[in-house]
Amino acid sequence: MNDMRIVEREVETKAVKISARNCQVYYGETHAIKDVNIDIEDKTVTAFIGPSGCGKSTFLRCLNRMNDTIDVARVEGEILLDGEDIYDPKVDPVQLRAKVGMVFQKPNPFPKTIYDNVAYGPRIHGLAGNKADLDVIVEKSLRRGAIWDEVKDRLDAPGTGLSGGQQQRLCIARAVATEPEVLLMDEPCSALDPIATAQVEELIDELREQYSVVIVTHSMQQAARVSQKTAFFHLGNLVEFGETGQIFTNPQDPRTESYITGRIG
Amino acid sequence: MPVLWIVLIVLALGGVGYMLGRRRAMASADGDVRHLHSLPTYYGSNVALLTIAPALLFMGLWLLMQPILIERQIIGLIPESAIAEGSSRSLVMSDVRRVAEGLDTAVAQGAMTPDQADSIRTEFTDVRERLGRVGVALGSNVRPEVLRAAQHYRGLQARYSAIMTVLVLAVAVVGFGYSYLQTTKDFRARNVVETGIKSLLILASTIAILTTVGIILSMLFETRNFFSQYSWTNFFFGTTWSPSFSGRGGASQLGILPLLWGTLYISVVALLVAVPIGLFAAIYMSEYAGPKMRAIAKPLIEILAGIPTIVYGLFALITVGPMLRDYFAQPLGLGESSASVMTAGVVMGIMLIPFVSSLSDDIINAVPQSMRDGSLGLGATKSETIRQVVIPAALPGVVGAILLAASRAIGETMIVVLGAGAAARISLNPFEAMTTVTVKIVSQLTGDTDFASPETLVAFALGLTLFVITLGLNVLALYIVRKYREQYE
Ligand SMILES: Nc1ncnc2c1ncn2[C@@H]1O[C@H](COP(=O)(O)OP(=O)(O)OP(=O)(O)O)[C@@H](O)[C@H]1O
Ligand SMILES: [Mg+2]
Repeated sequence: MNDMRIVEREVETKAVKISARNCQVYYGETHAIKDVNIDIEDKTVTAFIGPSGCGKSTFLRCLNRMNDTIDVARVEGEILLDGEDIYDPKVDPVQLRAKVGMVFQKPNPFPKTIYDNVAYGPRIHGLAGNKADLDVIVEKSLRRGAIWDEVKDRLDAPGTGLSGGQQQRLCIARAVATEPEVLLMDEPCSALDPIATAQVEELIDELREQYSVVIVTHSMQQAARVSQKTAFFHLGNLVEFGETGQIFTNPQDPRTESYITGRIG
Repeated sequence: MPVLWIVLIVLALGGVGYMLGRRRAMASADGDVRHLHSLPTYYGSNVALLTIAPALLFMGLWLLMQPILIERQIIGLIPESAIAEGSSRSLVMSDVRRVAEGLDTAVAQGAMTPDQADSIRTEFTDVRERLGRVGVALGSNVRPEVLRAAQHYRGLQARYSAIMTVLVLAVAVVGFGYSYLQTTKDFRARNVVETGIKSLLILASTIAILTTVGIILSMLFETRNFFSQYSWTNFFFGTTWSPSFSGRGGASQLGILPLLWGTLYISVVALLVAVPIGLFAAIYMSEYAGPKMRAIAKPLIEILAGIPTIVYGLFALITVGPMLRDYFAQPLGLGESSASVMTAGVVMGIMLIPFVSSLSDDIINAVPQSMRDGSLGLGATKSETIRQVVIPAALPGVVGAILLAASRAIGETMIVVLGAGAAARISLNPFEAMTTVTVKIVSQLTGDTDFASPETLVAFALGLTLFVITLGLNVLALYIVRKYREQYE
């Protein structure tokens, strides 16, 4: 297959952070992810694109075992993080998720204050020695989430009282506050205006210097702007995976081409 | 005509009205629904509503007023001489009613013809004996004045019922005619029906509110009677409860404090048992248990809720009480009694577990999964997620559930009678017998009571106090729930 060749070529340049081998996901009888093989590199932004319902979120959720919380979901195959199988019984999903953070498709702030929302992760992982440290972490995270200016005067207000787009950025801030090694972002800009979107994209670019970022997006422009690698999913299959530039300018698979040019979706 | 028949006729008329109204609307639009202002069913409902609702409302009001009007007229007929020493007009009136009902029964069973019922005289017939034969037992021989008043009563009743039948049917027909003639294609039937339905709903809630007000007023009235005979300071601040019963000498001491103390003590023990167990069970059920486990355990816990409280009382009396005495109270030197605050509290706590657990379970399940995902996705463990996200989100509901359980505990009677005894006492020792407000309300009202002495009237003061306390709890619950809601939404 095409993508194997591309993967092999890329492996030489950067270390592989996560790699999936023959990954299958079933929701009861539904076969949602079919035999996906992919290598996600460190210090790289990888974009997942594809029509609605093709399994992008499902596959993303496999990468930090969030599918464990769905009773009917079943994952097969291997997913390696730094060479270790994350579905191995020895692996503690709690530790895994501290390393592989996630921003969900639907904003889900806790019914707590804005401050407590962001401080949640650092508190449970003991990242702050004292209140002053925590204040610093919270401010830094909110700034990275491009929401500090809007909420700095009301950190004690409930996070659930923010607008949809603000909640989305709060959730981004909450996820980066724990300093994960890999950040999975499921349509993080779906409810954001162009300015906030630009700020979040800036954040993603900044995160790339230390971490690996995977972003699901429906915006081709966004994928082209922020990502170095792009994966195209269709009906549960990983159709094509490669350099973003190559995927957008010279797709190998006709399905990829018609999706990018807007003929399927 | 019996009321049931009237209702059926009115309903049938409404049904016919529905059909006709619909048809007339369609006819006025030349059979094309699009020319109508509203859907055809609204025209039909409008006619049905205007036929049924005013007629039935009118009948309801009439039935409320009728006995009052009749009694007004009858009571004037009873001469002073017919009122025996120590009796009163209202007692004689109730005799009249009973005899009238007896005559009705006799006619219904065929033991008398209607004419006989109207014409018998105590001078020629033993009315008491004749009524006794159809199963209506009277306390004494029927006096002529009473019999005559009863016969008059029946006459009035028949007349009023006839008038009512005519009027109700007239109202129904007028409503029918009016709304039927109103039905044209431009008539805004939908708006009228909506208003009509809204009014019915408002009426229903008004009735509920008025009933509550009525209950409170009747309690207030009797309580005022009580406080006119007994000083309120002694009632609210008295620390002794020792009523003396009818005429056996000595003044009663009716201090509420020992009863309140017992009530609160037992309720607190019950909540201490029920809240942790119920809440933990709920958390296990909703967060940890698999579907199979839940399917078995949930109904099992809920069975507890179906056990009558008297059975819990027996359990307290024969099992828990002696066990607590033998294993705790006696070895610790805290008392010899098997009836104790502990016994009643523990058993009541067991009774409350399903309340707390099934309510909390529903509330915890209502916390959206995305909330848990958010926390788990940040690397929190399951119990961290539950403690810091799920429970705070569910807290207002859980507090509501706990306060509901507290209300139940405060109002519980049977378990206390059998588990804690009937001795009013203020003591810190949980292994001593104590009692509660509800138990004393029952014991003050059982047996021969005349609702005039402070010893019986005190029951109403106790009831009202209890009501105020539970009301306070509910207000507190609302306040807490609202406060958290503001914070979280
Ligand atoms: N919890 C679930 N239970 C059963 N089926 C599911 C569940 N979640 C997703 N699916 C199914 O799995 C398939 C992939 O869903 P997924 O959410 O991964 O799509 P997606 O690519 O993220 O779509 P979108 O772009 O609309 O978010 C869909 O057909 C969906 O119906
Ligand atoms: Mg999705």
